[in-house]
Amino acid sequence: MMALFIVGLSLGLAMKFELLAPGKTIMGAQDYNATFTLHGIIMIFLIVVPGLPAVFGNFFLPILIGAKDVAFPKLNLLSWWIYIVGATIAISSQFFGDGPPDTGWTFYAPYSFKTGTNMLPAVLGAFVLGFSSIVTGLNFIVTIHRLRCPGMGWFKMPLFVWSLYGTAWIQLLATPIVGITLVMVILERTLNIGFFDPALGGDPILYQHLFWIYSHPAVYIMILPAMGVISEIIPTFSQKHIFGYKAIIISTMAIAFVGYFVWGHHMFTSGMSGTALYTFSLLTFLVAIPSAIKVFNWVATLHKASINLKTPLYWALAFMFVFMVGGLSGMALGALATDVYLHDTAFVVGHFHYIVFGGTGFAFLGAMHYWFPKMYGRMYDAQWANTGLVIMFIGFNALYAPMFYLGMIGMPRRYFDYLPQFHAANILSTMGSWVMATGFFIVLINLIRSSRNGAPAEVDPWHGKTLEWTVPSPPPVLNFDEIPTLGEDDGPYEYK
Amino acid sequence: MSSEEKHHIVSYKTYLFILLGLITLTLLSVGITNIELREYTVAAALIFAAIKSYFVLYYFMHLKYDKPLYRRMAMFVFLLFFAVLFVTFIDYVNR
Amino acid sequence: MTDIHLHRDDEASKIGMWLFIFTELLLFGGLFIAYSIYRFKNPVAFHMAAEELDLSVGLINTIILLTSSATLAMAYTAVQLGKIGTSKILTSATIILAIVFLINKYFEWGAKFEHNLYPGSDYLMELSQGEILFFGLYFAMTGLHALHIIIGLILMFVVLSRLQNKTMTSDNNQLLENSGLYWHLVDIIWIFLFPLFYLIT
Repeated sequence: MMALFIVGLSLGLAMKFELLAPGKTIMGAQDYNATFTLHGIIMIFLIVVPGLPAVFGNFFLPILIGAKDVAFPKLNLLSWWIYIVGATIAISSQFFGDGPPDTGWTFYAPYSFKTGTNMLPAVLGAFVLGFSSIVTGLNFIVTIHRLRCPGMGWFKMPLFVWSLYGTAWIQLLATPIVGITLVMVILERTLNIGFFDPALGGDPILYQHLFWIYSHPAVYIMILPAMGVISEIIPTFSQKHIFGYKAIIISTMAIAFVGYFVWGHHMFTSGMSGTALYTFSLLTFLVAIPSAIKVFNWVATLHKASINLKTPLYWALAFMFVFMVGGLSGMALGALATDVYLHDTAFVVGHFHYIVFGGTGFAFLGAMHYWFPKMYGRMYDAQWANTGLVIMFIGFNALYAPMFYLGMIGMPRRYFDYLPQFHAANILSTMGSWVMATGFFIVLINLIRSSRNGAPAEVDPWHGKTLEWTVPSPPPVLNFDEIPTLGEDDGPYEYK
Repeated sequence: MSSEEKHHIVSYKTYLFILLGLITLTLLSVGITNIELREYTVAAALIFAAIKSYFVLYYFMHLKYDKPLYRRMAMFVFLLFFAVLFVTFIDYVNR
Repeated sequence: MTDIHLHRDDEASKIGMWLFIFTELLLFGGLFIAYSIYRFKNPVAFHMAAEELDLSVGLINTIILLTSSATLAMAYTAVQLGKIGTSKILTSATIILAIVFLINKYFEWGAKFEHNLYPGSDYLMELSQGEILFFGLYFAMTGLHALHIIIGLILMFVVLSRLQNKTMTSDNNQLLENSGLYWHLVDIIWIFLFPLFYLIT
């Protein structure tokens, strides 16, 4: 009941925030700085990081492991309220004080304590949101440890659950570091302590270290659940056991672990020592291996399967495409020589959005179309859903692919203005953003309409084998009347 | 709560014994840093701190008596922290 | 609420507490990273600045905190044995020790302020960069630690009131164990703060 409440509200808010964040507008330098800062804060801290875990995790984690609810429902509600408080504080930075923050979402020191703009609420908001994230992670880990139903061994858990488990550990162990870092910035601004102020002996690069110790793993907080969703959708629509179940689990945990040690690749041009540069570059390439393993496993699952081409699978395929483009462009940034050239260009923006919007965003929408019948008990209009997807996919690529090109010919990011030779590609990119928004609204409106008057959904519309397809759509408040028991041969992907 | 999860009850005596040990270690660490060890002073003080926190973790926080899960998690977190510290230092030592 | 709450899962709340402790460790961990980097960069200045701190106050506080940990651990033993009265006495002893710790801390900080040693003071700003950082870290870390002591105190008052109204018994005592865990964590952090700030002269 509470989980449902949280899910419903998070969805509503997430959408609202989605609409708030501006794409491209004509404005001055300061406004532009403020805009990308707000866009970053909202998208990263308010949408992408909590998105998949909070919405689908809270709803489906208990069902997928055969539990009635998460381990601490009250903590869950608490984390929701912390989220609201944090969001309010962060957004309030826009409306009073000396103008909206203009540092970008990274709050880099020393600018973040030197700028006259209203940084405190933004930083404080991010700190509070961190708490919400920690509480959610804590709740998930305990739930997975304690509430698996009889017969649900560790290696019988659905892959989405595994990915949430890895994510939860990152949330738990990385978030406090950024928490304390942000507190240090706050102290710096209010008490003039000098942690990161070179004039007082501090080291601004240490800020970057501490910040990315969290914020790189945060990228994995964003992408791991997305991979988990894809690992659920693909076997269901292939009607086939997922290829390399354990390999996917191991690669999930490997990404979570190695991902903790690659933060330095955000700092290749910050003046770190050479040895550190090589180390981080090497570690960065290492993290690509488990990601590639997953992609191969998904493709292998699709191979010779009885494929049931439905909207969620289209989303999964779109995800795989953009994720590969994003991942491979990441390789160019992970290599030292190319990164020095491409650093802080539009290339980075393109790469980042391919992974975070293309990856997590598409997976989110895929999950939405996959679990929609279960959540609302109604089917959506597949034709409109597919149309929206295709338009969005085209718009997405038109929007971000030119950024790779622009980056390569040298357009820097975070400027409101550019040289004339970048004009053509920018027009394409802007038009792409309109197309993509159109596609997104088609998808959104279709879902909203269907949640009201779609055809009633069956218990198991996609013939899935995980536990959520054994309960009525929508699931009752406590999911199961009786806790299920898994036998020897039951498993998440036992088809035929 | 099932009986297999029943806690081991630690005696008062054990706690007092550990407490005495901890205080002795504290005094020793103060003593040792008074001896001129130059750059090893900090190392010595930290080794004493590490031993002390081991005792706190194992006895006061019951890691010795609890399921291995807790021990493993705690170990993992400490190792992770030191790994992060180590990787950060790769930058600073070589700069 | 839901009927799940009728099922008490002590083990789950204990795992939860441990996980929370890990986040706390890493919260301080961030500061420890900053400390070690800056110490590495300014060894001499840290050395000099540490001379300003009063070793005996630090030592007394260490012993107070260690003792309070032991008394709280024994309070848990007492409640497991069903000796609620003993448990109450031991918890109260812990509370008193914690307050004494805070009073000591108050006077220690007060003395620093009297010597014009506080973040942003004119006197401090004239010192070397390393010393500014040392005191910045000193106030931030011991301040955050004191905040945790206060949270621990609140927890122990809750424990005490639950012992008083008999809602905590020999088989419903997870709150006491968890408060204990939290308190010992605060202890461990101090175990590291003490040598890093007082013993590097």
